[in-house]
Amino acid sequence: MREGLFRNVSGCAISGIFSKSGRRFSGQKIIESISVMRERSNGLGGGFAAYGIYPEYKDYYAFHIFYDNHHAKKECEEFIERHFDIINLSKIPTRRIPEIRDVPLIWRYFVAPLPTKLADSQLDDREYVARCVFRINTRIEGAYVFSSGKNMGVFKAVGFPEDVGRFYRLEEYEGYCFTAHGRYPTNTPGWWGGAHPFALLDYSVVHNGEISSYDANRRAFEMYGYKCTLKTDTEVITYIIDYLHRKVGLTLKEICSVIAAPFWSTIERKPEQEREELEYLRCAFDSYLITGPFSIIVGFEGGMMALNDRLKLRSMVVGEKDDMVYVASEEAAIRVVQNDLDRIWYPRGGEGVIVTLEGGNA
Amino acid sequence: MPIEYIYPDYEIVRDYDRCIVCRVCERQCANEAHEYLSDLNKMTADNAKCVNCHRCVSLCPTRALKIVKSDHTFKENANWTGKSIKEIYKQASTGGVLLSSMGNPENYPIYFDRILLNASQVTNPSIDPLREPMETRVYLGAKPDRIERDENGKLKNNLKPHIKLSMPVMFSAMSYGSLSYNAHESLARAAAELGILYNTGEGGLHEDLYKYGGNTIVQVASGRFGVHKKYLNSAAAIEIKMGQGAKPGIGGHLPGTKIVGDISKTRMIPEGTDAISPAPHHDIYSIEDLRQLVYSLKEATAYTKPVIVKIAAVHNVAAIASGIARSGADIIAIDGFRGGTGAAPTRIRDHVGIPIELALASVDKRLRDEGIRNNVSLVVGGSIRSSADVVKAVALGADAVYIGTAALIALGCHLCRSCHTGKCNWGIATQREDLVKRLNPNIGYKRLVNLMTAWQHEIKEMMGGMGINSIEALKGNRLMLRGVGLNEKELEILGIKHAGE
Repeated sequence: MREGLFRNVSGCAISGIFSKSGRRFSGQKIIESISVMRERSNGLGGGFAAYGIYPEYKDYYAFHIFYDNHHAKKECEEFIERHFDIINLSKIPTRRIPEIRDVPLIWRYFVAPLPTKLADSQLDDREYVARCVFRINTRIEGAYVFSSGKNMGVFKAVGFPEDVGRFYRLEEYEGYCFTAHGRYPTNTPGWWGGAHPFALLDYSVVHNGEISSYDANRRAFEMYGYKCTLKTDTEVITYIIDYLHRKVGLTLKEICSVIAAPFWSTIERKPEQEREELEYLRCAFDSYLITGPFSIIVGFEGGMMALNDRLKLRSMVVGEKDDMVYVASEEAAIRVVQNDLDRIWYPRGGEGVIVTLEGGNA
Repeated sequence: MPIEYIYPDYEIVRDYDRCIVCRVCERQCANEAHEYLSDLNKMTADNAKCVNCHRCVSLCPTRALKIVKSDHTFKENANWTGKSIKEIYKQASTGGVLLSSMGNPENYPIYFDRILLNASQVTNPSIDPLREPMETRVYLGAKPDRIERDENGKLKNNLKPHIKLSMPVMFSAMSYGSLSYNAHESLARAAAELGILYNTGEGGLHEDLYKYGGNTIVQVASGRFGVHKKYLNSAAAIEIKMGQGAKPGIGGHLPGTKIVGDISKTRMIPEGTDAISPAPHHDIYSIEDLRQLVYSLKEATAYTKPVIVKIAAVHNVAAIASGIARSGADIIAIDGFRGGTGAAPTRIRDHVGIPIELALASVDKRLRDEGIRNNVSLVVGGSIRSSADVVKAVALGADAVYIGTAALIALGCHLCRSCHTGKCNWGIATQREDLVKRLNPNIGYKRLVNLMTAWQHEIKEMMGGMGINSIEALKGNRLMLRGVGLNEKELEILGIKHAGE
């Protein structure tokens, strides 16, 4: 069975590296980091999100698309042409290695919404792009957009993450932020779309855990035009963050207080102003509380956020060295790339760690 | 005429070896089923007067009594049951409408009993509520449709009026008049102690209970009995009663014999007059009229209280609820066809309306399909019998539930379904002073608190098993449910998968 037709529960490893100064570094580092957590994956999924990798096309949306066959590609490209100016298109460069098999067609498009279409839609351009991505993923059989942000890209496949990294020649990309995911699904995903990170626009999520609030969350945001096609927790978390951040306008810190809300008993001990705000967030956005174990790293334009569930039922550690911030499921995955750390700590459950480029804002 | 003689349904069986002729049974039975034979110094009983309320059984000091179902029978007939035949005899002799009390007892499917809950294994840890925080607090009311910030970027509190509950259960509408004062006091005090709400029903609010206003929902029904400004403003929320699960489409009738003393005063009608609530509200013949009443009540209370609209679960409930969600109401209460009543025409009670599980599932889905689920909270009742029903209702999409019958059972009701006679031996559904005082509110309220505390523990255990530590993550979480023995259509309407899927 193909992922999306059933719910595939996974355990996982996650890792993220971020340069606050915006200095670009090679994808080799993140491969090294995630590879030491091989025990936490089972070869049924791995992937990366990389930010700042397309500076020459930074004003265009970069679509990474899996095609099952040429027919799907033709149909999808016709759709893209009707809705976007295509600035550049190419196969995504890969390296054929025995560990990575059943390779689909993998293409990349740099696009800008057609101005007339965009004006007719009465949407802002991000919403326009998001809706087009949903259209392709739900309506065009055999085509799947797995990355759709600006100056960022997702690279994922069925396999161990370090093999996936080699397959995509990740060491040839340079960016200011990389996140990685090694997956331990309970069932075989059947296709590459089920691998992580999961992304929409510039939001990408890598996640370790199994959320027990899945259907409560899903049924809440599906009211607002989202459609879950993969039935994975990561997809749900990504849409929640996209909805609360982009559509509702909450800050990432506020979002942490929604999805990993403090307990009422904790809220009641806070000073008045903070208590009121936390009460408001829990009350107004109650359907977006995520329960069950999770550790996530959210990538977005200019920043990265790490967050644990409210009980901290998954391991996650953060390290800092100069302008570099490291997040991983295990300390070893940080030590392997930077043993000389200024600071290392285990964030508490529900305590979001948000880092942004210096001079930028999140 | 001998045709009218029907052998009683129940027999009072007395163990004469145990009976000490203390005559407690005789004194306790308001139906006068027990009789002392002084010549013989012996107790006897008229089975025909017994309603099977167990009062005598419970109070017999030597446990000499039991009530058994009579084995007297008509010739077996799958079509013409004894019940059907007896009802015809009764109507042929009186020419009247059959009356019944409490919820529909007939053998229709109970969907709650065909739904099973999930639990965590391996991939996700279950959570132990004895060791970890487990939250059951809920807020009822409309959610803001957008956030607002002040000039410093701080979030403004733009929440609409709402109700805070310590757990997703409230005591449903049961009027003072249909219930005794002591029953009402027990409900009010229990609600206050528990941090939940009880509901006045259509009988107004007794002056002495105004102090529990913060835990009170005041009802405005078609008879408008007991409604005035102070009444509305005393409460935490106001409920417009459009319908009731036990008798959708018809009104209510509290006979003049019960309109005595404080009840007459509280309802604001003369003593001895019948309190007749019309079938419809005569100022609401359509949805736009409902909107006007909702806003009239909000005006009267300066927009400080949420307004609940209560409807019976009927065939078109999803469309009706969708209309209500756009009418300014903050909460929709839906009452299923099993819902209780102090008196209803038997045919209406047993044949009108639909199961609450299906009504809830379809309303929740419709409101989501239309993107207006956040306009309102959903409360369901009729009938919630246990904490498992609460958990299943919440997972189907309810914000909270109403319990009526379960609360009365906690107070001592033995479900003899004879409320309409006004002779409740347990002091609950009666106004006879000697009977009312049998229900001690100091004990009654404590039993309600015990029941809810027990349910809360059980709810937490079930949530913890599912790996959920706050009730909002259970709301509408239908993946936690599986059906057993349901057909495709039923599963589709409930929005759940079959066990094994």
